[in-house]
Amino acid sequence: MHIKGMVWRFGDHVDTDLIIPARYLNLSDGKELAAHCFADLRPDFPSRVGVGDVLVAGKNFGCGSSREHAPLAIREAGIRVVIAESFARIFYRNSFNIGLPLLEAPDAAQALKEGDRVTVNPASGEIVRELDKAVFPAEPIPLFMQELIQAGGLVPYLRERRRT
Amino acid sequence: MTRPMCITEKILAAHAGREAVYPGELVQVRVDVALANDITAPLAIGVFREIGAGRVFDPERVVLVADHFVPNKDIASAEQVKVVRDFAAEQGIRHFYDPGNGGVEHVILPDMGLVGPGDLVLGADSHTCTYGALGAFSAGVGSTDLGAVMAAGSTWLKVPPVVRVVYEGELRPWVGGKDLILYTLGKIGVEGAGYKTLEFTGGTIERLPMSDRFTMANMAVEGGAKNGIVPPDETTRAYTAGRTLREPVFFSSDPGAEVERELHVDVSAVELQVAFPHSPDNVRPASAAGKVSVDQVFIGSCTNGRLEDLRLAAALLKGHKVHPHTRVIILPGSRDIALEALREGLTEVFLDAGAVVGPPSCGPCLGGHLGILAGGERAVSTSNRNFIGRMGHPESEVYLAGPAVAAASAVLGRIASPSDL
Ligand code: SF4
Repeated sequence: MHIKGMVWRFGDHVDTDLIIPARYLNLSDGKELAAHCFADLRPDFPSRVGVGDVLVAGKNFGCGSSREHAPLAIREAGIRVVIAESFARIFYRNSFNIGLPLLEAPDAAQALKEGDRVTVNPASGEIVRELDKAVFPAEPIPLFMQELIQAGGLVPYLRERRRT
Repeated sequence: MTRPMCITEKILAAHAGREAVYPGELVQVRVDVALANDITAPLAIGVFREIGAGRVFDPERVVLVADHFVPNKDIASAEQVKVVRDFAAEQGIRHFYDPGNGGVEHVILPDMGLVGPGDLVLGADSHTCTYGALGAFSAGVGSTDLGAVMAAGSTWLKVPPVVRVVYEGELRPWVGGKDLILYTLGKIGVEGAGYKTLEFTGGTIERLPMSDRFTMANMAVEGGAKNGIVPPDETTRAYTAGRTLREPVFFSSDPGAEVERELHVDVSAVELQVAFPHSPDNVRPASAAGKVSVDQVFIGSCTNGRLEDLRLAAALLKGHKVHPHTRVIILPGSRDIALEALREGLTEVFLDAGAVVGPPSCGPCLGGHLGILAGGERAVSTSNRNFIGRMGHPESEVYLAGPAVAAASAVLGRIASPSDL
């Protein structure tokens, strides 16, 4: 499975309050949440992001509260993979659980710019910048997390296992 | 003889049915208590249903707390709380709380004895790490994880390496757990304990009351930690005696157990601390804050909404009026604390001083309800996060501090210390 899309660039320590401010947490529908994704940081994000786009950030992406509304809003907005220098722990777990792959790739996180077109293979972790075919490696995704992504998240994963 | 282990490793091993565990290992663990709140439970309940699980693993071990947007702030919040309330009734979950009988989740679970030493607790709330103060392993997870835990009563966890902070020396007047943890965050940074355990030890911690220990463990997540933990001792025993629903198990770290990093803090040099916007590690001594005028003071939250915090604030506010340009909001952490504050006359002190005393709930801590900031406004808050927009308008500012600085600032209308009064 390859993901091809445009890069949306964010900085260091983007917390879950920035991803989805608390005043929208009276919602739990993914599509409704997506409409307010990055409401205070980049209000135009939900209307401009395309399905299959790629979010690139710096250190400690997703720090702060455990709200799963954050990865949910990002996924429902259209983002198919998040690349960062590092991720906060609960966000990391939550994203894989809902089937949104994350790649820890410090080189890519430094080099990629807003608007770059990239092709990403979440299974191998390979990130290719289309402009010059530059290839960036990522930390390999732990096997269990790969299985979650293949299944589409923890819910389908558990349902499959209940059946067998 | 098994390898020497730290307390966190021992609790994980006990819940994995193993002799020993190693940092970095993935282990399948039994969960003693699963917790969710009015924001995270509706998603978790959705997941629980999608998985196709009919009943929760044990209705006595699932705790649901409506504390974020309560008393219901609008129709959407009311619908969310209703989902949780109905689920509790359907599943026979006794431990459903709202402001009438509960309060802020991380204040009430220990106080009601629903969590105790040696437990493994997972909660769909990042500050679930608070219960580490009891010598329990407790960590925040998301709603999907929690939905799966409610179904199975177990989950997988990665064994974290340990960052140990050793505190020695005598605390200065008014300095407490909040100042120690803010000071520590200033040293290690918001990623300093990423995916790790923050273990709080040393002579100072041994002399620290439970309320301050809760404050410290509460903010372990602000250092990126998976869990914070205080090895249980006589103070823990005295607090939990006759309180916990299950027999507590007291674990301790073995001498010679491997830690990844050890830091030493001489607390006699630690002043009252303030975290400036917009990060909990952006700390300065309150004495070096400069002239920062304050529009609102919030005293409460899972960090500093305990009776000891209210007593301290009342001692400073007694006989004073809050500054005419400053609004002061005080939310006791629980219904029991609110009642005790009333009996002890603290509530009267607050109202006399010109503060608003509100329902036991999260309130303005997360900027959704009961005291939201306008653009350009500044707040001193005893809560745990000061991210951009955390308490309201994206152009508002939050300064984190303990109850002593909060109360002094309320009177003077600027960031201040008790010695300025
Ligand atoms: S008081 Fe604040 S930090 Fe604590 S649970 Fe409530 S919203 Fe979260």
